[in-house]
Amino acid sequence: MSFLEFKNVEYSYIGGDDEFISALKGVSFSVERGEFVALVGCNGSGKSTLARLCNGLLTPDSGEVTVDGKLTTDKSALFDIRKKIGIVFQNPDNQMVTTIVEDDVAFGPENLGLPPEEIRARVDWALKSVGMSEHATSGPFRLSGGQKQRVAIAGVLAIKPELMILDEATGMLDPTGRREVLDVVKKLNREENMAVIMITHFMEEAAAADRIIVLNKGAVAADGGKELFAAPDVFTAAGLDLPLYVRVAGRLNEIGMNIGCPLTVDEFAKAVADKINGRAGAKK
Amino acid sequence: MRDVSIGQYYPAISFVHRIDPRFKLVILILYLVTVFFCDSFFSFGFMTVFVLVAILLSRVPILKVLKSLRFVIIILVITTLLMMIFYTDTETAPLAEWGIFHIYLNGIYSAIKLGWRLMLLVLMPTVLTLTSTPTELCDGLESMLHIHVLAIIMSIALRLIPTLIEETDKIMNAQKARGAAFESRNPFKKIKAMIPVLIPLFVSSFRRADDLADAMDSRCYRGVKGRTRMKKLKAKLSDFLALLFWCAVTVCVLFLNYNWFGWTFIAVLSI
Repeated sequence: MSFLEFKNVEYSYIGGDDEFISALKGVSFSVERGEFVALVGCNGSGKSTLARLCNGLLTPDSGEVTVDGKLTTDKSALFDIRKKIGIVFQNPDNQMVTTIVEDDVAFGPENLGLPPEEIRARVDWALKSVGMSEHATSGPFRLSGGQKQRVAIAGVLAIKPELMILDEATGMLDPTGRREVLDVVKKLNREENMAVIMITHFMEEAAAADRIIVLNKGAVAADGGKELFAAPDVFTAAGLDLPLYVRVAGRLNEIGMNIGCPLTVDEFAKAVADKINGRAGAKK
Repeated sequence: MRDVSIGQYYPAISFVHRIDPRFKLVILILYLVTVFFCDSFFSFGFMTVFVLVAILLSRVPILKVLKSLRFVIIILVITTLLMMIFYTDTETAPLAEWGIFHIYLNGIYSAIKLGWRLMLLVLMPTVLTLTSTPTELCDGLESMLHIHVLAIIMSIALRLIPTLIEETDKIMNAQKARGAAFESRNPFKKIKAMIPVLIPLFVSSFRRADDLADAMDSRCYRGVKGRTRMKKLKAKLSDFLALLFWCAVTVCVLFLNYNWFGWTFIAVLSI
């Protein structure tokens, strides 16, 4: 049985004009422990709704969501589910509950009812994991956006979830902040074997994941590994912009340069450099 | 990004700052009760000396303390003056009299005592708020009275005040850019100009509250049930000493007041 499983999930909400807007239409997928999944889709594709369905903040209209075999509709299982799945939301300012960084990180473990020494240990560990130990006693107002979001991640991390969902957690950050957060998440996935679902519309971030799920108008349009970038129509059809280097690589492939499908700027640069050097060598 | 200080906390490293907030609160209550027992000028002076010692120990400049009391002092002066001119003593002749106003010698004494007492009553709570953060006080109250919800409510409120101030700023700038008349001299226009600020602020506060509730739920919050705290307040020896010291002050004042053993030197001091 999969760790997180969506079976034919439908969800709709009441929009501004009193009409039902269908956010998710028959979504099915599953995520295993330790996976690094990117969930991409443009605005209004149902990404955030999906995140909130994972830990029972919302419950499906039909179909079912199970976490480690427990249904999210079962109120008595919610506490256990939320221990296993943590969510980091978009706006770091709206998820902090205290005026001191370490107290905020302690909020989760305090809710679990752990003894004070254990909480202390977890808080120190979580802050160290996100590289914020030196800011433990400062107020959130002295921190940059990226730092605040790392504190929010530490707050979720201190609960020691098996799956962390980042709901556009980098959406409000500048490029530096985005990189900080992404690096921390990658490290956690690698070193703590924590599963990650990264919800985003930045394709550069999605390219870092092992698996990509494309959501288009409330339905799963594609679900696969990095090979999806080789046939990028599925992204453009979902209203997503491909990273510049992927587009350039596509054009180069079209004119017969055959550099394959690079997934980072470095890979792209290397592939192009190899090609050019190779040709120069052939001419000589 | 800016730092908005909440309350009037004066950051410093001092003996008074370090006292456990629970002990501070107990001492404050003890102190307030003691002030009500003070009756003679000597006992008022006695208390004042210790308040001054407390202020000096806290390393908060005395001017800063008085500045935070400036409005209270105005009210205090008015009260004292009213007491002086309306006090009626049937046994002695008034020193002066204009219509319904009259001044008696005992009236002057009573008025000064009243003013002095009020001053003492407001001084110490001010020292308390200057030397402890709202969070500390709240934690103190929480652990004394076992109201756990209070700590969370307070902490979230304190956390969000600067955010809301920032938000208000943003909205005001947005409205100014569209020609809102915040700088108008006409008070009605000014009030009217605030409406387009308050409504978006209200809406966004609710949205924030929703987001925060989701974030709290996601972090396993289920009310105060089964919740533990990372930081436990620990009483130090110095906290007990401070409390003991104020108990001694209280006993001294009671002695001055009641003179249980009929000592003559106390009788002389109780003017």
